[in-house]
Amino acid sequence: MLEIKNVWKTFNAGTVNEKVALRDVSLTLKDGDFVTVIGGNGAGKSTLMNTVAGVYPVDRGTIIIDGVDVTRLPEHKRAPYIGRVFQDPMMGTAATMQIEENLALAARRGQGRGLKPGITKVERELYRTLLASLGLGLEDRMTSKVGLLSGGQRQALTLLMATLKKPKLLLLDEHTAALDPKTAAKVLETTEDIVQRDKLTTLMITHNMRDAIAHGNRLIMMYEGRIAIDVSGEEKKSLTVEGLLEMFSKVSGSDEADDKLLLS
Amino acid sequence: MDFLTAFFNSLPGAVGQGLIWGIMAIGVYITYRILDIADLTVDGSLVTGGAVAALGISLGWNPWLAMLAAVLAGMLAGLVTGIFHTACGIPAILAGILTQLALYSINLRIMAIGDAAKTKATLAVSVDKYDLLVSARYIRDIALNNPLLLMTVFSAAVIALLYWFFGTEMGASLRATGSNPNMARAQGINTDRNKVIGLVVSNGMVAMAGGLLAQYQGSATIDMGRGAIVIGLAAVIIGEVLLGKVFQNFALKLLSAVIGAIIYYVVITLVLRLGLESTDLKLLTALVVALFLTVPYWKGKYFRSQVKASAIGAGAHGKAEIGGDEDA
Repeated sequence: MLEIKNVWKTFNAGTVNEKVALRDVSLTLKDGDFVTVIGGNGAGKSTLMNTVAGVYPVDRGTIIIDGVDVTRLPEHKRAPYIGRVFQDPMMGTAATMQIEENLALAARRGQGRGLKPGITKVERELYRTLLASLGLGLEDRMTSKVGLLSGGQRQALTLLMATLKKPKLLLLDEHTAALDPKTAAKVLETTEDIVQRDKLTTLMITHNMRDAIAHGNRLIMMYEGRIAIDVSGEEKKSLTVEGLLEMFSKVSGSDEADDKLLLS
Repeated sequence: MDFLTAFFNSLPGAVGQGLIWGIMAIGVYITYRILDIADLTVDGSLVTGGAVAALGISLGWNPWLAMLAAVLAGMLAGLVTGIFHTACGIPAILAGILTQLALYSINLRIMAIGDAAKTKATLAVSVDKYDLLVSARYIRDIALNNPLLLMTVFSAAVIALLYWFFGTEMGASLRATGSNPNMARAQGINTDRNKVIGLVVSNGMVAMAGGLLAQYQGSATIDMGRGAIVIGLAAVIIGEVLLGKVFQNFALKLLSAVIGAIIYYVVITLVLRLGLESTDLKLLTALVVALFLTVPYWKGKYFRSQVKASAIGAGAHGKAEIGGDEDA
């Protein structure tokens, strides 16, 4: 479903701030894979996701989604394939627009937008049902501006928008990091439900090792722009936080002190 | 008593000016409020609209045809700014300034078409000689040719058309582009293209106002657009400050820009009666806009810190209503 082949990305090339964010990264996701991604700050997790989404171009390498080479496509032309939820709850929704208008925009992801009505009666009924399934009471506030919602409500809405039109690939960039623990758990639970229900191919960055272990069928850890650890199948199922930390110190050749990086 | 009589006598003129500038303010609303771009093209495209309409009429065209040409010319100006901004990567403000500057030369040329002179700073279209849509001469007449009538119809038609457009799929994607470009792109919206469309529509409106203004005052002049952006902003902001709480519907928001423009001209008329020189008005307008922009900013600063704290802290079931600093 997703093939990342030998991708390189350097920021501020040729300056003192030069930072190689991705070093020859290759990663293939099979249809229905749910991959969790962990790694310290600056390990390249978000860069990897942003290169897939097309936020910025890669220096070298190829990105293929569902057999289509999207390496040279701009962000909005990759959108038909990709559903995204961002770390910042403000980023995934239009604050000055209504809840139902946001959903209607998402329902048209990857389609031409002409002079037909921006939202129809039939859609409204569908959105009401979908919003009710979130259990946040948003179905009664469909014409409220999204800016009035809490961070958790906005993330849940963004998640709904990202999956409203079934994406080939779902990208979750630390989408629970800005939420309080209780809300984060709720949003993560909703995520799991939707991913299982629609059998979505998913790439989820998380800062929480426990979450990374508990969710998905494969776990990768990034370190200095490379995929340092790649665990799947039975090995992934039996993984523990301690085991993961041990694997990391082997890879990085350092002791406990560096482990803090992982948890940051 | 004399003062009041004179003031009331000049009220119809103020309302007339306000209605024309209201259409211009709607154009500014599209860029400034919907797309979040301060588009300085309008100082030039207003004149272009006036020049083209005056030229068409002086060449004997039907005034409606002349207006259509004026709107198209304004749209072209918006297209140029849009291309400067998106395809050439020039910051929006600078892109607008560049087009505005270029239009100064072009407008002088437009007004001289068919004339012996190569450039012309004024092109008169007297209501005695030509069949005009609107003229200030009939502003106090109780008759069908009173310009207030047609201009009210114009404003209503523009508001209705834009209300429909911004409710369509394309219109909604334009609003999303201005509200959150990151989100818009993630939903497959071509934000660059949308900015260009918005600038084109906006400058079409502004040129329409320019075309009406040239007829209303009987001439197009090269400096009729000086400071137009600030007057447009003043109208938008006055409308929002006075009516923002009551007018939530999109059509009413556009209407509040028109009402803001009328109030602006009524106030201007009043201060002129109080003895200010007309050349002092630019200073006054600038100060008013600066003041009205400052107040919401300071208020926003105070509210925003509260919203951040509670928006992140609140549970999904928690505080249902948080802050209102984002309401459009």
